[in-house]
Amino acid sequence: MTTAIAIDHQAPAQQRLVRAVEKMPAFPKAVQQVLALCRDINCPPRDLVGVIEHDPVLTVKLLRVINSASYGLPNKVTSVNQAVLFLGINTVKNLALAFAMIGVLPTRNVAGFEVQGYLVHSVATAALARHLATRPQVGEVAADDAYIAGLLHDFGKVVMATHFPEEYRSVLEAAEAEGLPLHVVERRIIGADHAEVGAMLARHWQFSANLVSCIGNHHASPDADALTACVALANQLTRRAAVGNGRHKFRDDELPVTLRFGSEFSSIDIALGSLDSIWSSARAYAETAK
Amino acid sequence: MKVRFWGVRGSIPVPGENTRRYGGNTTCIEIRTDGGALIILDAGTGIYQLAQSLLTELPVSANVFITHSHWDHIHGLPFFIPIFVPGCSVNIYGAHDIVASTGIERVMDVQMQYSYFPVREAELKARMQYEDVQPGVPVTIADATVTPVMLNHPVVDFGYRIECNGKSVFFTGDHEPHQNIYRPEDEGFDAYRQMIEARTADINRAIGNVDLLIADSSYTVKEYETRVGWGHGTLDSSVQMALASGAKRLACTHHEPTRSDDELEKVFSEMLARARPDPNDLEVFLAREGLEITL
Repeated sequence: MTTAIAIDHQAPAQQRLVRAVEKMPAFPKAVQQVLALCRDINCPPRDLVGVIEHDPVLTVKLLRVINSASYGLPNKVTSVNQAVLFLGINTVKNLALAFAMIGVLPTRNVAGFEVQGYLVHSVATAALARHLATRPQVGEVAADDAYIAGLLHDFGKVVMATHFPEEYRSVLEAAEAEGLPLHVVERRIIGADHAEVGAMLARHWQFSANLVSCIGNHHASPDADALTACVALANQLTRRAAVGNGRHKFRDDELPVTLRFGSEFSSIDIALGSLDSIWSSARAYAETAK
Repeated sequence: MKVRFWGVRGSIPVPGENTRRYGGNTTCIEIRTDGGALIILDAGTGIYQLAQSLLTELPVSANVFITHSHWDHIHGLPFFIPIFVPGCSVNIYGAHDIVASTGIERVMDVQMQYSYFPVREAELKARMQYEDVQPGVPVTIADATVTPVMLNHPVVDFGYRIECNGKSVFFTGDHEPHQNIYRPEDEGFDAYRQMIEARTADINRAIGNVDLLIADSSYTVKEYETRVGWGHGTLDSSVQMALASGAKRLACTHHEPTRSDDELEKVFSEMLARARPDPNDLEVFLAREGLEITL
C-alpha cells in the first residue's frame, strides 16, 4: 500500500497534512502546564517559554503564526524567546492557551507510535544539539537554532503517525521485522520519509531556510552544514544512549554521521565529556510528562 | 504637516475639574498632510470631538491608523460621525489579530454588535475599508507615507512613522521598553539581553531622527516598579527613546487617568530635573488636548 505523498506544495495530500497539523493538539504535559500557568496573572514569562520549548507541537504552531505573512517580519523568528520579544509575552500566552484548548495528543494511537518516546527523544536531541552548537569544532551555529532544529527534526514522524495511522503501523512493524531505519521504510510504504514531510511543512510555514534544510537533510546529508551536523549527531547520540528512542534502536555497527567531532564514537565521547546532565534532565522530563 | 491632539489620556476617559487643562479623552491624534489629507492615529474618545470639527467639510476621506486594539484606542470608533454619512470614506488600518486570526475589521465588528450598539457595521453609510498593515511596509496616503513599526505591549502594537515632504512624526501607541524575562543568574539572561539591545536599536533606527516623537509616558519611574509588564513606558524612558533615536521634539502622552493636571506637571518637572535633556538637542513637553503643532 502506498499513500504517495509527492513533495509538491499543491498536492492534495500535503494540503490535508498542513490543515491537519493546524488542528493537532499538543502533548499532555505541556497542555496541562500551559493551562496552569495561564491561571496565574503573575506567571513568570520564562516559565511559559520553558513549557513551549519542550513541546514540538506548541513550538511549531508559535513559529508558524509569527512567521506567517501577517507580519512579514524581515528576519525569520527561529526561537520561542524571539517570538516573545516580537509579540510580547501576553500575546504568546494567549496563543499558547488557544493551542492548549484544542485538547491533548492521545498517547496511544492506531499506529502504535510511542508518543512519549518521541517526545523525550526530541527534547534530549534539542538539548544536545544546543550543547554541540557551542563546541569549537562547529563554527557559526546559533545555539537557539540548534535547539529548535533538534526539537523539530522528527516532527514528520508524529504527523505521519497521527494522520496515516494504518500505514504508519505497517512502517513500524516492517522496520522492526527487517531491522531497517524508519525513514527507509517510510519511503517504501508511504512514499515520503519523516524528514521530507517535516521539511515540507516547515517550508510551507515559511520557517527559516536553515531550519527547513536541517529537518530535511538530517538523514540524507547530515554533514551538509554545521547546523545539520549538530542535529544529526545529537539525534544519533541520543539513540545510542537509548534516551526515549522508541523503536528506532541504535545498531552496534553504526558510524558517526559526521566527522566534525571525531571519526569514532570513542573519540567523540572523550571530546564531549559526560552528557549525563542532558540525559538525566530529559529522563526527568519524561517522568513528569507521563 | 500639522499635528493636533484630541485625546492624550491612557486607559479610560477622565473628564472633570482635575483634568481640565490637559484633557480627559483617550488617545486620538489628527494629522493633516501638506496637501490636506486626513490621517487619524487611534480612535479613543478624542475622535468624537475631532468628528465634530469635520462637520463643516463633509464629505471627508479619513485614514484611521490603529496602533492596537485595546479599548481606549478604539472605543471612539462607533461615534466617528463620518461613518454614518453617505459620500464619506473611512479607511481603517492596523495589525492582523494573530490570536483571533482576523484582520483589523475586528475592531469595528466587536463593538458594533446588537448587544453593544444599535447600528451594525453593515448598516454604515460611509464607504468603509479595512487594511491590515505590516511592519516596515509603508502605506501611501496622498502626499504622505505611514510606516508601521512593531513595538511592545500586551497586545500587538504598531507605532507609526508619518512622513510628508521631508517632515516626520512618530507615534508609539502604547509601548513598554523590552524587559529581560530571565533573572541575572539564569542561563538565558545574557542571550536575551543581547536580543533586547538589537531589537531596541532596530526600533530606534525605525523612529529615525523624527521632527516629533509622541511617546507613551504613562508612569513615573517609581510607579513603574510595580507595573512591569503592563505595557507602558515612563516619562524617563520616553526621553531615553527620543535621545537614542535622535528625535528633535518629544510629546509625552498617555497620561495616567489618576493623575490630576497639577500632579502631571509635578511629575513632569521632576523628570526634567532628573533627565536634564539639553534643550538644544531635544524639546520635551506634555501633550494636551487642543495642542496643535506645525512641522
